[in-house]
Amino acid sequence: MLFSENFKIAIRALRANKLRSGLTMLGIIIGVAAVVALMSVGNGATASITGSISNMGTNLVSISPGTDEGFGETSAAPSYLYLSDYERLEKQLKGLNSITPVYQSGYDVTFGKSSHSIAVSGVFENYLDVNAYKIAVGQKITNAHNNTQARVAVLGSKAAKDLFGKLDPVGEVIKINNISFTVIGVLQEKGSSGFFDPDSIVLVPLETGYAKLFGAEASHNSKPLVGQISMSVVNAEGINNVMRQAEYLLRREHKLDPTEKKDFSLSNQRDFLATLDTVTQTMTIFLGSVAGISLLVGGIGIMNIMLVSVTERTKEIGLRKAVGAHKNQILVQFLIETLVISILGGVLGILLGIGVGFIVKYTGLLTPQIMPSHIALAFFFSLAIGLFFGIYPAYRAANLHPIEALRYE
Amino acid sequence: MIQAQDLMKVYQMGDSEVGALNGASFTINKGEMVTIMGPSGSGKSTLMSIIGCLDVPSSGSYVLDGVSVENMDESKLAEIRGRKIGFVFQQFNLLARTSALENVMLPLTYAGVSGKERSDRAFKALERVGLGERTHHAPNELSGGQQQRVAIARALVNEPAILLADEPTGALDSKTGVEIMELFQSLYQDHGQTVILVTHDSYVARHANRIIKLSDGNIVSDEVNKNPIKAGTPRAEE
Repeated sequence: MLFSENFKIAIRALRANKLRSGLTMLGIIIGVAAVVALMSVGNGATASITGSISNMGTNLVSISPGTDEGFGETSAAPSYLYLSDYERLEKQLKGLNSITPVYQSGYDVTFGKSSHSIAVSGVFENYLDVNAYKIAVGQKITNAHNNTQARVAVLGSKAAKDLFGKLDPVGEVIKINNISFTVIGVLQEKGSSGFFDPDSIVLVPLETGYAKLFGAEASHNSKPLVGQISMSVVNAEGINNVMRQAEYLLRREHKLDPTEKKDFSLSNQRDFLATLDTVTQTMTIFLGSVAGISLLVGGIGIMNIMLVSVTERTKEIGLRKAVGAHKNQILVQFLIETLVISILGGVLGILLGIGVGFIVKYTGLLTPQIMPSHIALAFFFSLAIGLFFGIYPAYRAANLHPIEALRYE
Repeated sequence: MIQAQDLMKVYQMGDSEVGALNGASFTINKGEMVTIMGPSGSGKSTLMSIIGCLDVPSSGSYVLDGVSVENMDESKLAEIRGRKIGFVFQQFNLLARTSALENVMLPLTYAGVSGKERSDRAFKALERVGLGERTHHAPNELSGGQQQRVAIARALVNEPAILLADEPTGALDSKTGVEIMELFQSLYQDHGQTVILVTHDSYVARHANRIIKLSDGNIVSDEVNKNPIKAGTPRAEE
């Protein structure tokens, strides 16, 4: 007996009960759509986060105060990173491209009537190089500005837009915490990285900051503090070497025994990226699994309906056997019915999932990545569900005794 | 055509065994029209199942058209049913929402016949039962008598050795019943078709040339009916 015959029989049986077939299929459609949509959204999120982080460069190392021994531990004493630490590293650490200290604090920044709370960073000249910022208009903060404690500021692109709208900020005077600064430049846009907006910043010379802006908070034991030391290494492959060296130098600077825990933490983008990748991938798999469970429920729905259908059509099965149908022909007939439901449901679900992906894209939240592998996965999963949950009802139908089936009322 | 020897059928009911057929022996020749008659519980349904190869006897031998059937497995039995037996049931058992032609094509489909040959043969079978005009009607668009004709066409389409009819008029009014009995008689008389009727109704039974009576699983009589009722003769008061 030809496959096409069985296929026709299956289609006829499904059409005979359109509502029921539709509802059964809906279980698979929703399951598959959820798998496709969630996995593509998950992958889109991963790609946008890792993409923007790797934009910052994989040869970056940053040093922050505090231990990195884990979230659970609270250090007994607060730990600090000093400007002198930066000076030590700047003089003695080999293999560096550039290095910069940063001290960051949030202030109200005003121009005319517009006022915004923006992160203000005190920086040295190298800051732009290390963090891959470029000047769009005007000039950057130089060592000369630091030496003279000049009250100048460079605005991030978003900060400039927020404060000035379409006006040209260069040459204008803004007030940071009520202290006047002259805008000398605006940075090129970098794009959001998901965690913080690198365009919503104001840069000022670090020395100016210590002298006029940051106040007593920015020093400890009369030594100026920094929030972070960032550096880029010449050779990304040798980054671990540089980090070991930096740790050795800072341990000496902080007078720590080799056995003592360090009171600063070193991190590089590459490690961070790897960790983040694992996290987001776990997240994607988790989302996919949750969606997979709904697909499983859909499969159970199929099995339920097929069992009902076999019972309802017992007499038909008896007749088919009486006129010469083999066991296997009955098995195939019912299996094809389930497969039609699950495959058609799978295809519709994939389309719906892609549709959801496009809706998410148009909301502008993020760009989902619909990967052929996800579609293939969802498709084969729904096929497998159809086979798995279809085989038992079909087996029951095939093994009905012809006489009992014919007599069934 | 049929040689049955000591057919026994025992059903397991819980712990005890119930004999539905206790050793039936008979021979039916090609071209005969035979009634198997008996009240319900007499074993006639069991006998019909065995003759129709829907079931196998617990013991005894059964040779159908030269083929020994008693030890066949399920799939062989299905093949025999498809090739040699044409079933007609009391409730017609047509597939709903399926045209008369497609219903008649069903046995051919399972026998591996396809394409034009299949539809031609199905069409001819429908013509034989007088339904050449209504081949594309679904069962719910046909009267009871017409539905039974479709069922008979379905039974004939594979040119079976035996036409096996189980209470074929049981669900029809008497006038339509007569038409169906006429059809059976003409198939037997004009085409030499072997017909086996299974019924509890002695009026229907007496349309055949030979009547086998069953009671409690035993054949109690097997007699030639010298004066079969011609279909259409009114039912006599009994």
